[in-house]
Amino acid sequence: MAAFVLVVFAMGTEGDATFRLAADGDRFEVPDLVFSAAGLSYIAAGFFAFLGGIQLTRGFGKSTNIILGLAMAVIAFAFLGWAAAGKSLSLVGMLQLTVVKSVPITFGALSGVMCERVAVINIGIEGMLLSGAFLGALIGSVAGPWMGIIAGVLVGGLLAFALAVLAIKYRVDQIIAGVVINIFALGITSYLTSSILVDNSDTLNRVEIFRAWKVPLLGDIPVIGPIFFNHNFFVYGMYVLVAVIAFALFKTRWGLRSRAVGEHPKAADTLGINVFRFRYLNVILGGMIAGFGGAYFTVGSAGSFDENMSAGRGFIGLAAMIFGRWHPVGAFGAALVFGFADSLQAKLAILQTPIPGEFLLMAPYIVTVIVVAGVVGRARPPAADGQPYIKD
Amino acid sequence: MSDENMGPEAEGPAEEEAIVAEPTPDEPDRRIWARITGADSDWRSQLLVPVLAVFTALVIGAIIIAVSDVDLLGMWGDDAGEAFKQTLTRIGDAYGGLFTGAFGSIRGVSETLTWATPLILAGLSVAIGFRAGLFNIGAEGQMLMGGMLALVVGFQFNVTIWLHLPLAILGGFIGGAIWGGIPGWLRAKTGAHEVITTIMFNWIAIRFVDYALKTTFIQREGRPDRISKDVLESGRLPKLLSWVDPQYRLNAGIIVALLAAWGVYWLLFRSTVGFEFRAVGANPDGAKYAGMNVTRAYILVMAVAGGLGGLAGSTQILGVLGNATPGFSANLGFDAIALALLGRSHPFGVVLAGVLFGALRAGGQQMQVASDVGIDLILVIQALIVVFIAAPELIRAIFRVRAVKAAEQITRGWAT
Repeated sequence: MAAFVLVVFAMGTEGDATFRLAADGDRFEVPDLVFSAAGLSYIAAGFFAFLGGIQLTRGFGKSTNIILGLAMAVIAFAFLGWAAAGKSLSLVGMLQLTVVKSVPITFGALSGVMCERVAVINIGIEGMLLSGAFLGALIGSVAGPWMGIIAGVLVGGLLAFALAVLAIKYRVDQIIAGVVINIFALGITSYLTSSILVDNSDTLNRVEIFRAWKVPLLGDIPVIGPIFFNHNFFVYGMYVLVAVIAFALFKTRWGLRSRAVGEHPKAADTLGINVFRFRYLNVILGGMIAGFGGAYFTVGSAGSFDENMSAGRGFIGLAAMIFGRWHPVGAFGAALVFGFADSLQAKLAILQTPIPGEFLLMAPYIVTVIVVAGVVGRARPPAADGQPYIKD
Repeated sequence: MSDENMGPEAEGPAEEEAIVAEPTPDEPDRRIWARITGADSDWRSQLLVPVLAVFTALVIGAIIIAVSDVDLLGMWGDDAGEAFKQTLTRIGDAYGGLFTGAFGSIRGVSETLTWATPLILAGLSVAIGFRAGLFNIGAEGQMLMGGMLALVVGFQFNVTIWLHLPLAILGGFIGGAIWGGIPGWLRAKTGAHEVITTIMFNWIAIRFVDYALKTTFIQREGRPDRISKDVLESGRLPKLLSWVDPQYRLNAGIIVALLAAWGVYWLLFRSTVGFEFRAVGANPDGAKYAGMNVTRAYILVMAVAGGLGGLAGSTQILGVLGNATPGFSANLGFDAIALALLGRSHPFGVVLAGVLFGALRAGGQQMQVASDVGIDLILVIQALIVVFIAAPELIRAIFRVRAVKAAEQITRGWAT
């Protein structure tokens, strides 16, 4: 009940705040955008009054997160209308960037879903992304981008194996084990970068990037096509992986068993499911996903490795996982929200809004805090999350 | 703790049954060690595991040095003997540099303690969180925010040092306390896990410092880059060894750190509030049932932890740097996590671990100069130390030390 009041309160204030933002926007707005900006803030305000009304009267129940995501999108659009007033902003370009920016976050979130569904908290995703990026660049430069990806996947799996051994076999506190992996990954990649890559950057740190490939037919759809279907291999890999994991978790025997291990390992064990094997397997798979996502930084985007280039994306991925309620599709949606915040910063820097760039750079992190604070109290993690299993 | 009260009783039987209780000579050591570490188990494993952990981490570090030199690796095929010799020389140079840089001279010791100062404070910040079952990864951001507030107090007011310095330090504490308190409040009120929020607060703080250093209020006049005004002389922590050589950077911050360690010890183990902290950490439901205010405890713990982090930042600003530039916290807040674990979350353990990590920092720079082995290797060594500390079974497996105690779980899952 208290939670419900909190939700109502949160939604109520949010609607209010946006209204003001939108009203502010009116004064500056000049309706010469491709997307008619004039009515945008009015529409947003009306939409919020409507949402707030529903929330106040009966609430959204299960779909609160989706509505919250939608509300954020509307806030963002109202904000964009204000920021871009008088200038032109390529909305399609921005949304395309959103998808691109959400790639590592999605992979991080999927890795988290894989691990936490079997009740292993993986804080080490950040380190796995970073290591994947490093080996992606190193091996990718020596043996070609495909080998780079494979190396990234393998190193992600290796780190996850280390996490699994520590967390499952030695029953080390899982958050500590993850933190250790992050420190280790940051240390070893930075060390090897300065000792090997810097002097040989032409031969060891220059990898061929995967080019964008337009999907026939789908890519020709106006607006949607360029946003979703004109990307490189990693983006399509992301779509496929989201679908596959969602299907596997909820429609297959493996998924049912995995979830059982995460919810009630003892019951699962009683029914003859090998808890340890499931945990090892899923954590390692999760690490491989993170390693793949890490390879994106170098093989799919930058073309070379920089120290600490993952810049907290793994942690944002974890937040996306929580926001997405430990569901692959939800996590993907949440990652898109974060990706949007990321691309907002990139685009608004060009538009030269009166807001300092540093504050725009903060946006993804602030959004994460709001999301975690507003959602996690109501979202329910797998019941056994974080607890080591001790077989009698 | 309880050992003190039980002192006479514990000694009595040991004397009478000297034949049965064979490890009598060890008994006093064990008790002292148990008091120092706050843990009540075999002193040999308490001491051996950290020492062996550090040793093993250094050995693995040596292996990494050996395999990370491309030229040397190529040499193994041509002349294995020469390659072996050169590898050994390289490792020797690196660790030799590490040691002399840390302890080889007064300068080395001064550097070690200079680095140990913020490390101890940030380590205390993490440790006090651990004791209350909270995982404060935000020491880095708390250092930044505390340091910034200390900086502002440091250049804005011009009063006597006796007033100015304490004010600046207090400013650092408050800045950090606010920055730590918010995640604590979020955790208590909404269940947002402090691991995620403190990490996000780190990033927000980093961006905020970038921004603040560009404002006319803080940025130094006539400078286009991000550098702050200088802290006034009356706000600086006095240097302790300037009578030997003005170059030595050791400053009164180390006294602040040691006082803070003692204060945390008192708070945790001698005060009612500290008892509540530990009770909440051991079993929040039980603490609640016993009538403790868990919400208040969470907020308070994180505020104190943040304040300690803020102190770490202000000793850097007021003692070492004198002004702020981006990244003045130098990742010390992250080292602090490993450090708190190594120190077993006990204030005195944290001091010892802080000196060790300070030595690694100070020596690491010398190592880089002496053997061009990058200073980032220190991070790897620290991570390895923590692995072995957190999984003592690994150490026991390697060195065949007998097992005593199962691994402990400090934190719990999300949203509990």
